[in-house]
Amino acid sequence: MTAGRNLVEVENLVKHFPIRKGFFSSRITGYVQAVDDISFTVARGETLGLVGESGCGKSTTGRLLIRLLDPTSGRIMLNGADLAHIPADELRTKRRDVQIIFQDPFSSLNPRKTVEGIIAEPLIVHRIGTKAERQARVAELLKLVGLAPDHARRYPHEFSGGQRQRIGIARALALNPKFIVCDEPVSALDVSIQAQIINLMRDLQRDLGLTYLFISHNLAVVRHIADRVAVMYLGKIVEMTDKNALYENPKHPYTQALLSAIPIANPDRKRQRVVLTGDVPSPMAPPKGCRFNTRCPVAVQRCREIEPPLVDTGSGHQVACHLVTP
Amino acid sequence: MTDSTAAAAPVAAANPLRRRQSTFGRLMRHRLFVSGLVLLGLMVLMAIFADLLATHNPVQVRARFRFRPPSFDNFFGTDNFGRDIYTRVVYGARLSISIGFAVVLLTAIAGTAIGLISGYVRRLDNFLMRIMDALMAFPTIILALALSAALGPSAFNIVVALSVVYTPRVARVVRASVLVVREADYVHAAQAVGASNLRIMIEHILPNSMAPLVVQLSFVFAYAVIAEAVLSFLGVGPPPPTPSWGSIIAEGKDYIREAAWITLFPGIAIAMTVLGLNLLGDGLRDVLDPRMNVDNR
Repeated sequence: MTAGRNLVEVENLVKHFPIRKGFFSSRITGYVQAVDDISFTVARGETLGLVGESGCGKSTTGRLLIRLLDPTSGRIMLNGADLAHIPADELRTKRRDVQIIFQDPFSSLNPRKTVEGIIAEPLIVHRIGTKAERQARVAELLKLVGLAPDHARRYPHEFSGGQRQRIGIARALALNPKFIVCDEPVSALDVSIQAQIINLMRDLQRDLGLTYLFISHNLAVVRHIADRVAVMYLGKIVEMTDKNALYENPKHPYTQALLSAIPIANPDRKRQRVVLTGDVPSPMAPPKGCRFNTRCPVAVQRCREIEPPLVDTGSGHQVACHLVTP
Repeated sequence: MTDSTAAAAPVAAANPLRRRQSTFGRLMRHRLFVSGLVLLGLMVLMAIFADLLATHNPVQVRARFRFRPPSFDNFFGTDNFGRDIYTRVVYGARLSISIGFAVVLLTAIAGTAIGLISGYVRRLDNFLMRIMDALMAFPTIILALALSAALGPSAFNIVVALSVVYTPRVARVVRASVLVVREADYVHAAQAVGASNLRIMIEHILPNSMAPLVVQLSFVFAYAVIAEAVLSFLGVGPPPPTPSWGSIIAEGKDYIREAAWITLFPGIAIAMTVLGLNLLGDGLRDVLDPRMNVDNR
């Protein structure tokens, strides 16, 4: 196993969902291009934030990375092994290394199972430990996420949203994963609880050396937890750089529009709003050229014809825009 | 750890609204459910203790006592062969209730298996559900009649026929809730740790798809009781002189003007059983299905 700098390397990842019509024939009439040729890396111990509006493919990307979905093409390298192309039995063991934390703490826990049953399930599936050892592990995990060991016998409905999210985190940690996809883990929580969960996740990252892909539409939360940020629009990454460069010097017009929409808690401060008009085009028929050209305030003729590649503009600040990289 | 709420001990007490009382408690406070339970319970007890409750031999022909109206000797009167209707109704309960139970058991197993596979293994869905549709497209009684006529008249064959007829209903209901549950994040979480499909189906999907199944089964029971009576009435049930509610009515129908008691009492027995089952089913539905949030009536 190579001990490279990057834990995860995604290359040219594509996910197209076929749209079927017809009763018997199941004719394919088109594709939803949910994720279209994206590449990125996540270094060991870092958090990559993935932001974008609804339907831009960020959750699909997360689900591809933990192989809940099969990619249409592309490579997902984890520690040198390609998760996209390994046999099913090897994938099963590889799954120990990648886990997920879900958005909705109410649908992510089986209401018929006790907390112990939920957290111990990954151990049972991978045949780890005896019953007593698993119980001890569950107690340890509960403590780790700030719950009491005697909560193990309770059912999910007895807990609040924030506590349920902690149970979800404990389940994700059960197999000592290296990489965790966090799919909007705090979006369903009250603002006061959000901070607790974010801080818990940061503590766990520091103590256990975890690597996160943090998916969110909340730019303020991403700024708090992420080291680097990738911005997605309609299945493509349009800008990716480290956090400070992105928030202080956004280069892509879409990123600029997103950032200008963050409310500032100061009514006197005037800010330059970039208001986008129109809707996101359908991912079934994305526009020709740059995918953002239909809503871009500064689009020129070239943007409607040629798709801009994601180019490094210096010190790792990658942007996909003709106007930035002429 | 900085927060205090998460470690606070009495979590259940802190959240009194989520589930005020257990499902059992809510059922017991549902008046219609309790009435149904009592009614059905009486019928089941009658079936179990038929030997103790009977006053005569159910199949003994006594020509001298033909067409006796209800009296202290013969609570429900006698039929055209002088057999005691009360005794025959009591023994008929045994047949009807056990056929009903057997049909419920078989349809529950077959319907759950088909619905679960159909809802979870999408490749088989179309194939399985089109077969179910084909079975459902037949009028149920005609199909059951054809099946039991082909298999021959016996209680066992009625069970088989009715199970074939009612399995599609159960399968559809199970499939519908499986389709909802399979998209829950806890199923995705199990997939993400690499749990086998069998494990996911049994541990996660099945326990969370049971509520509508239980409701549906109580109605299947009721349908089965009626259908058994209909089939016996039409003469494809267990051969005479075995007492069955349907066959008692069939034998009495020619004398309905002169000796209405022959048909009346087995008819009441059928009505009570079916009423009890329907009340039971309605109660279960009210309590188990949160969308129909009706308060106790």
